[in-house]
Amino acid sequence: MIERLRQILLKEFIHLFRDKQARFSLIVPPLLQMLIFGYAASYEVNRVSTAVLDFDHSQESRDFLERISASSRFQVREVLQNESQIPSLLDHRRVVLVLQIQPGFAELLRKGQTAPIQAVLDGTDSNTALIAVEYINQIAARFAQDYQLQLADRTRPTLATFAPNIELQERPWYNANLESRWFFVPGVIGTLVLVSVLQLTSFAVVREREIGTLEQLMVTPISPTELIVGKTLPFLIVGLANVVFVGILGSYWFEVPFRGNILVLLLGTTLFLSSALGVGLLISTVSQTQQQAFAISFFYITPAIMLSGFGYPIGSMPTTLQYLTNLDPLRFFLVVLRGTFIKGVGLSVLWPQMIAMAILGAATLTIATLRFHKTLD
Amino acid sequence: MTASNGYSVEVEKLVKRFGDFTAVDRISFQTRSGEVFGFLGPNGSGKSTTIRILCGLLHPTSGRAIVAGYDVVESPELIRRNIGYMSQKFSLYADLTVFENLRFYAGMYGVPAAELRGRIDWALEMAGLRGRESSLTGTLAGGWKQRLALGCAVLHRPPILFLDEPTSGVDPLSRRLFWELIQQMSSEGVTIFVTTHYMDEAEYCNRLALMNGGKLIALGTPTELKLGSIQGSLLLLECDRLGDAIERVRRLDNVRDVAVFGNALHLVVSDAAIAPTIRAALESYGILVTGLRVIRPSLEDAFVALTTRHGADDASELSP
Ligand SMILES: Nc1ncnc2c1ncn2[C@@H]1O[C@H](COP(=O)(O)OP(=O)(O)OP(=O)(O)O)[C@@H](O)[C@H]1O
Ligand SMILES: [Mg+2]
Repeated sequence: MIERLRQILLKEFIHLFRDKQARFSLIVPPLLQMLIFGYAASYEVNRVSTAVLDFDHSQESRDFLERISASSRFQVREVLQNESQIPSLLDHRRVVLVLQIQPGFAELLRKGQTAPIQAVLDGTDSNTALIAVEYINQIAARFAQDYQLQLADRTRPTLATFAPNIELQERPWYNANLESRWFFVPGVIGTLVLVSVLQLTSFAVVREREIGTLEQLMVTPISPTELIVGKTLPFLIVGLANVVFVGILGSYWFEVPFRGNILVLLLGTTLFLSSALGVGLLISTVSQTQQQAFAISFFYITPAIMLSGFGYPIGSMPTTLQYLTNLDPLRFFLVVLRGTFIKGVGLSVLWPQMIAMAILGAATLTIATLRFHKTLD
Repeated sequence: MTASNGYSVEVEKLVKRFGDFTAVDRISFQTRSGEVFGFLGPNGSGKSTTIRILCGLLHPTSGRAIVAGYDVVESPELIRRNIGYMSQKFSLYADLTVFENLRFYAGMYGVPAAELRGRIDWALEMAGLRGRESSLTGTLAGGWKQRLALGCAVLHRPPILFLDEPTSGVDPLSRRLFWELIQQMSSEGVTIFVTTHYMDEAEYCNRLALMNGGKLIALGTPTELKLGSIQGSLLLLECDRLGDAIERVRRLDNVRDVAVFGNALHLVVSDAAIAPTIRAALESYGILVTGLRVIRPSLEDAFVALTTRHGADDASELSP
């Protein structure tokens, strides 16, 4: 009955917006999280605190270390005199990287032989360590190349102009500067909207259970379907608004382009949210208190984010986990988000994801509806 | 489904178990239309559980319950159109105004648009909230909230009303006002099924059912219960050193039961003639007896007598 639905929707919106605290918790946390994640979530590693230990004291070794300190990737905090200083520096996390150049570095270079540089890394944060090593490799390669040219220049000036000088020029599509933020911001939007809609939905039912109005509501002639629509539609609308709102913030503040069609994004969001709403309802059927609902929601949110490809590429997961990711609607939603934001692709490309999310959403909502009885036992 | 036979609620051998625990144990009773039917019993005796089954909120384990002519298991939806319910934890939406709460429940119960304004006005009048339609419900005092909750529960004019401890935590004046509303609705033919812990309220009921440990241990009018509950006579004993007095009196023959009532004791004895023996016994222990006389049992005496008697009978069973 339309009137019943109208009344319950009206009531839910009053709960969402009348109270100052409710309004605040609807708007401020997503914005804040967007800002925090936008800055924090990034593959780039900058200003790695570094110590250097030069035993060679040559023009070449100074040259190399110069390049390290000139790079914004590293920040040279300490210049060491002997190796015994290293352990305590790493232990106290004063630095995470120590670059050590052995005596004879320059001599080896001049002979055209491989000259080693030792990098001691704090492997606690293996991700940073690996990325830092990658940067050192890049700088070392560059240094070696320049040095070779210089050497050739000095010894055989006439040939220098013909020295083969091959440089790999990477041109990543869609994201020419490989801004990792472009990759992360759409992901943050997806996880944010998942968390907020899941919790809003489960809390909306559990709060009524806690204060006792749910029991009161259950003795009215409202049908389970009306109750479910009334308890989910408002949060679908909130979720859509969230995506638009946080999306605008992402594209202005973090300068992530939006190249696709907003309608495609909203369709994808709706399909994605049908799963989130279903899971939220399921959580509410097994929780007596809001704390319980909060705790249980993490059992869903954590694996959903892990399996979504948000931070960890699905292609590098074990095969069984890769299959499991197909049950994760967030996985498909991230493709839609990145597709519409960065690639600017439309339904002709994203339809498989849309269908996958529609199937997952329909399944979740069906299970939730079946479990959502109008009785207390 | 049964034909209309003047009973608004019929319960037959109703059982509800939660796991191994039997919360409602084979209870049977009927209520007549327009009756105020009181449901009494200590905490955990199964009153709320019974009401929830009758409202279709819990499935009975076995037995039968017919409400407004419909079976609770077969047609809970039809029952819901014919009952009003105020749960023990009755509550309204605190962030909605008085009017919005009424409007919401009117919508849920499908009150027709033509009657809407009139029904809401009636509820406002009844709750004494005219002029405060736009106050937030959370800011109302207890008595008003409770009358508003009653208003919300009867917007659709149900012929049967279930009230689970509607007056707990409300001041005496508000309780009086609330009972006036109940009496008025009953006089209009509404069956009222009410639980309470207040004996003065129980006196207002046409009939009372007493529950203990999930069992129905007594059923009748307040007068019937008072007269039938006590086998023998009831003595009122006023004395000093109540604690000692209880100990001593308990050991006497012919004293069946002792209970504290205010700063006096009620003794159930097989024969009022033993009063002088009791006085003599107490005085021999140095207890000063200032009064000892036969009184008529109150409802509270009946309640205590019945529950302790049945508690002893069922000592082997789990009763909280
Ligand atoms: N959902 C449930 N699961 C398990 N046990 C329950 C459940 N609901 C009630 N009980 C138990 O059943 C017994 C009867 O509870 P009920 O609420 O019916 O008592 P009551 O007579 O209404 O008591 P009170 O006067 O305290 O309201 C209690 O021991 C209670 O703990
Ligand atoms: Mg109760």
